[in-house]
Amino acid sequence: MESLAPNAFSYLAVSIVMFAIGTIGVMTRRNGIVVFMCIELMLNAVNLSLVTFSRMHNDPTGSMLVFFVMCVAAAEAVVGLSIIIALFRNKLDIDINNLNIFKW
Amino acid sequence: MEATLQTILFWVFAILGIAGGIGLLFNRNPVYAALSLILNFFSIAGLYLSLQAQFLSIIQVLVYAGAIMVLFLFVIMLLNLEHESGVTTFHTRRALAFVLGLAFVGEMLYVFRGLSAYKLEGSFEYGEVEPIGYQLMTYYLLPFEMISVILLAALIGAIIVARSHKYI
Repeated sequence: MESLAPNAFSYLAVSIVMFAIGTIGVMTRRNGIVVFMCIELMLNAVNLSLVTFSRMHNDPTGSMLVFFVMCVAAAEAVVGLSIIIALFRNKLDIDINNLNIFKW
Repeated sequence: MEATLQTILFWVFAILGIAGGIGLLFNRNPVYAALSLILNFFSIAGLYLSLQAQFLSIIQVLVYAGAIMVLFLFVIMLLNLEHESGVTTFHTRRALAFVLGLAFVGEMLYVFRGLSAYKLEGSFEYGEVEPIGYQLMTYYLLPFEMISVILLAALIGAIIVARSHKYI
């Protein structure tokens, strides 16, 4: 049991793997909402690493930053989903490979 | 005893969290992907709890697993999306994405390998509501007030962007 005890590196490893899963999702998935959810996953992975560093140094800065990241992520989710709804209204499709109206 | 509990919490929630992430990556049905992401968010709340960050753990459940994911599920159900089709047609792109992701994991694990010496013992002073509230009202007062402006801007922006143009 002692050798299984988590250290700072264990938490960071979980965070890194979650961030990589989010990155792979953004690069491979084509549904706009799923891409958006993968971005949320990446935000959460970074939050986990910030809390780990905060715990490591017994310092409030990381925890406070996580608090603010959560608030901004909530605002970002609202605006992003409303953009997706507006896109769906206009094009009836949120496949990101078909959304190239800004492409020159 | 405390270390044992932390060990159990860590392994259970680490495995559940990564399973949730993989579910998000591979589920073609967006509703199942969203449910996997909820599992992941709950697991991250558990990991916060094992790091003695109780306040952030509760906020994670309330804001992410509660509010944000309900919003996502609501939009998915509203749009009535069909399953993604033809995901497998981009073999080279998918393979490239997986190679890049695994390279990222290896690189970051190599960079942070020295941190395995930190045992995370002792108590965490800033996990409870009172010290966080004190910090918010003293050192982080301006960002705390700016959050309200950001939330108001997001509220108005979301209404403006998503409204129907029929009536205005």
